[in-house]
Amino acid sequence: MSITMKSETPKVADAVAIRSWKMPILLGVLALFAVIVFVLMGPSGTATFRISQDTDAWQVPNLVVSAKGVGVAVAVVCIALAYLAWRQTRDTGKIAKWVALTFTVVFVVGLMVWIIGGTTTQNITLVGLFTGAMLITTPIVFGSLSGVLSERAGVVNIAIEGQLLAGAFTAALVSSITGSAFAGLFAAAVAGVLVSVLLALFSIKYVVNQIIVGVVLNVLVSGLTGFLFEKIMKTKVDGITIYNQPAHLPNIPIPLLSEIPIIGPTLFRQSIIGYFMLVLVVALWFGLFRTRWGLRVRAVGEHPKAADTVGINVNRTRVMNVLAGGAVAGIGGAYFTLVAVSSFSKDMTGGLGFIALAALIFGRWNPIGAALAALLFGVAGNLQSILSLAGTPIDGQFLAMLPYALTILAVSGFVGKAVAPAADGDPYIKE
Amino acid sequence: MKLELRGITKSFGSLVANDHIDLVVESGEIHSLLGENGAGKSTLMNVLYGLYEPTSGEILVDDKPVKFSGPADAMAAGIGMVHQHFMLVPVFTVAENVALGAESTSLGGVLNLAETRRKIRDISDRFGFDVDPDALVEDLPVGVQQRVEIIKALVRNSKILILDEPTAVLTPQETDELMDIMGQLRDGGTSIVFISHKLREVKAVSDTITVIRRGKVVGSAPPDTPTTELAAMMVGRAVNLTLDKADATPGEETFKVTNLTVMNDAGQRLLDDVTLSVSQGEILAVAGVQGNGQTELTEAVLGLHKHVLGSITLDGQELVGRTVRQVLDSGVGFVPEDRQDDGLVGELSIAENLVLDLYTKAPYSRAGTLNKAYIAKNAVDKVAEFDVRAQSPLDAADTLSGGNQQKVVLARELARPLKLFIASQPTRGVDVGSIEFLHKRIVAERDSGTPVVIVSTELDEVLELADRIAVLFAGKLMGIVPGKSSRELLGLMMAGLPADEAQEQLLAQGGPGTPGATSESTSEGEPS
Repeated sequence: MSITMKSETPKVADAVAIRSWKMPILLGVLALFAVIVFVLMGPSGTATFRISQDTDAWQVPNLVVSAKGVGVAVAVVCIALAYLAWRQTRDTGKIAKWVALTFTVVFVVGLMVWIIGGTTTQNITLVGLFTGAMLITTPIVFGSLSGVLSERAGVVNIAIEGQLLAGAFTAALVSSITGSAFAGLFAAAVAGVLVSVLLALFSIKYVVNQIIVGVVLNVLVSGLTGFLFEKIMKTKVDGITIYNQPAHLPNIPIPLLSEIPIIGPTLFRQSIIGYFMLVLVVALWFGLFRTRWGLRVRAVGEHPKAADTVGINVNRTRVMNVLAGGAVAGIGGAYFTLVAVSSFSKDMTGGLGFIALAALIFGRWNPIGAALAALLFGVAGNLQSILSLAGTPIDGQFLAMLPYALTILAVSGFVGKAVAPAADGDPYIKE
Repeated sequence: MKLELRGITKSFGSLVANDHIDLVVESGEIHSLLGENGAGKSTLMNVLYGLYEPTSGEILVDDKPVKFSGPADAMAAGIGMVHQHFMLVPVFTVAENVALGAESTSLGGVLNLAETRRKIRDISDRFGFDVDPDALVEDLPVGVQQRVEIIKALVRNSKILILDEPTAVLTPQETDELMDIMGQLRDGGTSIVFISHKLREVKAVSDTITVIRRGKVVGSAPPDTPTTELAAMMVGRAVNLTLDKADATPGEETFKVTNLTVMNDAGQRLLDDVTLSVSQGEILAVAGVQGNGQTELTEAVLGLHKHVLGSITLDGQELVGRTVRQVLDSGVGFVPEDRQDDGLVGELSIAENLVLDLYTKAPYSRAGTLNKAYIAKNAVDKVAEFDVRAQSPLDAADTLSGGNQQKVVLARELARPLKLFIASQPTRGVDVGSIEFLHKRIVAERDSGTPVVIVSTELDEVLELADRIAVLFAGKLMGIVPGKSSRELLGLMMAGLPADEAQEQLLAQGGPGTPGATSESTSEGEPS
């Protein structure tokens, strides 16, 4: 890690003036929680983490730990770190980054072991956790990449949810009619672009507030797909809803790579959309930070007037990016109906478009960062469903909150300050 | 390359910003465009650079008519521009900024910044710029950022360089360096259009001067034209460039700032251990390049900052830790540096703006109800007293010109009996006629026995008003020197030399370094 320190060490008086006790207090409360819950209320049995599936070529032994033992260890470490944070705040006014980071990791491990030790089966398949997470992660990644494309160019994209939903609906309908999954995929991209056309038209040409346009578009797409779903997709011919029978995109395992424990089943046994996602994340990162196109896009998002004065067409760049974003999110929407489940249902995106927005911010407007954030949200979401099935001591409804609680923490800047492109949301008007 | 503008007219609605302007810039000359703020200089240059489309008229490059539909066309024709507000992306490196729009790429549009870096080093070496291509622009001092802008133009082979108010953000030394660079460029065959309202600089650097007033060309003048004559052309009437002001008769030291430190949330010291005091009946001017802690100093007094250490006392009362309302009530008048954002509420009427800090008190309000009649009467009085040129006191404040807006702010702040008057950038963007008036009012406030603190980045203004001058650099006080100190001394201090070291350096050079001695360049500003 590269550390760029100011040459002067902060003086004691400065620390007194700007000292913030928020972090040590938070850590202290969490440490107390660890003592009470992990130790005093800790389950006595063991927790088993299964790493391999039975079908895997290489079998990795299961990880078995004592729930109580881990609970005690976690509580001790948490207390020590909270004390350290308090001392650092008192002496220097700041706490070192590694303290908060280590605390988070240790606490999460403790929480996992406690929850799993408390379930009736007392074991969990890590592979299942991650492969299941991809069902949530994939659309979030596409959604957040749509956000990266338009927000890097300076247009706020709240309409990701609508783009995903439009993609999901169109993919199901077109694929049902044509019988071809690829036709559905293509149509989904077109549907996403159509939503983007409206976003671009109103926010760039007519300079309407971009947040309002985005929200309205989400409502519009939700209403429209809901209406068409009732009127078209529910139509039965010979007792079958023929307009809601999309073709399925099969998983294509990649030889050798798919046999790596955990990573193989998660990343290399995917459908074509999943592989496209991996390529897109890397390509978009390279494009944004290494090519002429990316330099211009970023300039337009940071300082449109500067871009204009060197001959870059600001609004054309923005329109192109918003449209491209629509296509990406549309394909992400197709994942719902062509891969994840085999039919469309009303409002099936269930707010993942907004989580994608959070992943975008959490990932600091960087494609790779956004993808990792999406993975985190995916794992949290899937953990919740696995745990509620396994019969945890915590109520399932409460656990369902987990991804959203995480989102709030992420967006509120607990993990460092996220800086948006400087001109994000500002329309560019030439005199 | 020769540039000619013929009958350029640019109107925005009913407002005619440029009215049939003719201008010829010969190859290899420095042609100054002199005019007040709002005279239409920048509009004209934006027309020339393709940012605005002229309503009528034509542009000729080397006697051939050209038409620019955007900056790209202007650049292709060899015109480069250094904007008053730099057109640099702060989070990009120097190389990325220079490359933007004219990138060298290898296969598939992949950036080849090595090529751009090489070009930057070439130009940097040729003119002694000392610019690191890999530095982030936001980390660079403004003087260096300006050089990046010049490099941007030169990389694109500009033969005509437009510099829009380039010295506004520079220290006197940096200004001298810029003038050297302009000379070198001219000798290399580049034509330069230099836009400024500073007579001293225009006279020092130009080959030809064209004066613009209210969107029209008033005339041309050689650079040896006397300053008063140029000023009269610029303003349209004879102006008194020097303020008649008696020497201060300082009374008791009632305003004291002791070991004042102001930090931002990250703990960076924006103002670092500043100690100064001001007496009754004295003007202390705070000089320095924009962004060296002046804003924080004034805002800390008013109670606008969170992380403040040290003490600020007025008449023995501690001000640190008080609310803004309490500070105002203790008798502080405050003119913020940005009148449009912080000084006025643009949508409110002039009358309402005149009572923004008085409306809670009788007779402006009673029992929580505004006394509209009294507020209106107050407005009529103040508008007359401060010569605010408005149709009606009920007009919205943002319909006024900059000078008149500033008069409204000053009228409000001087309405109460004051124990301290602080004004930041009291005449920024204000026409010369209003400057005279505003300066007189500030001196009158001093003569009535109020301690006055003026913050200004314009050295001319500082020298005009100050009884003593405090110079800030990077949040630290470089020293407090007498009001008639030389520009050279102040320049060195503004560049970060403490007062005593700056004086030693000037003495070593045999220059006029002793305080009290007025340098030649100062006297140039006076009528001859």
